[in-house]
Amino acid sequence: MLLKGKVFKFADNIDTDAIIPARYLNDSDPENLRKHCMEDADPSFASKVNKGDFIVAGVNFGCGSSREHAPIAIKASGVPLVIAKSFARIFYRNSFNIGLLILEADTDSIDSEDVLEVDTDKGEIKNITKNITIYAKPIPKFMAELVVAGGLMEHARKRVKKEGELKK
Amino acid sequence: MSNPLTITEKIILAHTDLESCSPGDIVSARVDIALGNDITAPIAIREFDTIGVCDVFDNEKIALVPDHFVPNKDIASAKQAKTLREFAKKYNIKYYFESGEVGIEHALLPEQGIVLPGDLVIGADSHTCTYGALGAFSTGVGSTDLAYAMAFGEAWLKIPYSIKVIFDGKPNKWVSGKDLILFLIGKIGVEGANYMALEFSGTTFKYLTMADRFSISNMAIEAGAKSGIFEPDEITEEYISGRAKRDYIMYKSDPDAQYLKTLKYDTTKINPQVAFPHLPENSVDVKEASAKNIKIDQSVIGSCTNGRIEDLRIAASILKGKKIAKYTRLIVIPATPEIYLMAEKEGLIDIFMNAGGVVSTPTCGPCLGGYMGILADGERAISSTNRNFKGRMGDITSEVYLANPAVCAASAITGKISSPDEVA
Repeated sequence: MLLKGKVFKFADNIDTDAIIPARYLNDSDPENLRKHCMEDADPSFASKVNKGDFIVAGVNFGCGSSREHAPIAIKASGVPLVIAKSFARIFYRNSFNIGLLILEADTDSIDSEDVLEVDTDKGEIKNITKNITIYAKPIPKFMAELVVAGGLMEHARKRVKKEGELKK
Repeated sequence: MSNPLTITEKIILAHTDLESCSPGDIVSARVDIALGNDITAPIAIREFDTIGVCDVFDNEKIALVPDHFVPNKDIASAKQAKTLREFAKKYNIKYYFESGEVGIEHALLPEQGIVLPGDLVIGADSHTCTYGALGAFSTGVGSTDLAYAMAFGEAWLKIPYSIKVIFDGKPNKWVSGKDLILFLIGKIGVEGANYMALEFSGTTFKYLTMADRFSISNMAIEAGAKSGIFEPDEITEEYISGRAKRDYIMYKSDPDAQYLKTLKYDTTKINPQVAFPHLPENSVDVKEASAKNIKIDQSVIGSCTNGRIEDLRIAASILKGKKIAKYTRLIVIPATPEIYLMAEKEGLIDIFMNAGGVVSTPTCGPCLGGYMGILADGERAISSTNRNFKGRMGDITSEVYLANPAVCAASAITGKISSPDEVA
């Protein structure tokens, strides 16, 4: 998949409390979560972000709570891809499960407002603003298949259908 | 002969149809318990309803624990709790807990014998790693994973590499499991065990209780770990006896099992720890923290990390006959109804209230900034909870310092971060 968008850059260790604070977890509606996405890291994010923009961060993005509200809020903001030096593991699996693309790469050369062109299949990240190309770590085969399948729930629905047909 | 395996590899392998496994392999594993709470289960239930199965995989292997915002803090939370209740009724979920029975999930499930050694547990809550203390493989996942597990009884897992962590020697006075895990996170960092299994061992654990092990496994996630496990021993068996209502298996790592690395610490050199804002890795010796004269507005004793009876007992031993500092709040939250009743019978509730503290019904409450003790702008708390991220307990400008319950109790008395030695 080819994506092009503008960068919102964040620091290391952006925790899920910063992505979606617990004061909003009495609701799981994606549209309501979107309004508070990244609020405790950048209160203006929700009003500034446009469909197709990217979140780029340092190490350990999404650490802390297992709340799926975090990748849901990001996805609902129209952000198709998060690039970070590394991801906390629950955030990592949640993102694949719900079909939010994430890539691990050395993000030091990327700044806010940079425009990136990303070939997610090749893991190629072209920084149009700075004229630099970097490469993401390859996605494990199983995870790539999960994305192609449309996430874990789509995989689950297909499984039910397949098992139903086998019983007939 | 098969490869030598760690306890983690053995448990995961036993829950698959595979003959062997290696770290890095992605497998589909059968789960013994799938857990959700009032924040994460509503999303799981919404997703479950789209899968197209007509029943849950096993109504006796799902636990729904409304502990975060229950008793309901507002109308929206009440709706989430209602979602769990209705799902539990519809599918006759055995381990659903109403107010009065409900406790903080990670204290409640072991206490009620629902999780046992050798189990494979997934939970839509990051602190699901707590059950590693029992010698179970348990790990936090998301709501979608929970939905999938409720439908099929399976979860996809990457076999983690293991790091062996050895603590040797008798702990100093006031040093608990909380201090050892804060010390470790201070050494390896909040990302130090990302994707990996921590396996704890050493002579120190002969001196400590199951409550200490639960605190340690509980905070494995704060180093990024997938799990934090102990080999079960006689201390585990003593805890389980009278609680277990089904068979269980006590796995042990093979002597020549492979570890990514081994870390060894001398417990006799470790003092109580205080983790400064805004990461659990910012841990220092309590004496160093005390010397900085850090005033506090609130002290919280509770949570899945430190809301057990042992935690309340040590806090009460410090608070007995004393008053907390003026303009300081002390909030004590027994983690389960059983713990609450024990504390009542032992006179601990009297001690907390006579000292000027309040005692809440079991809930996660303030730990995640939910309710029952939210901080205003610029306020500072010392807390026996597990995270001190920016704004975790309230306003974005408030601060949380993490410590063991003894340090929290001592600090409530002095109104500043203090070592228990200063008031005992």
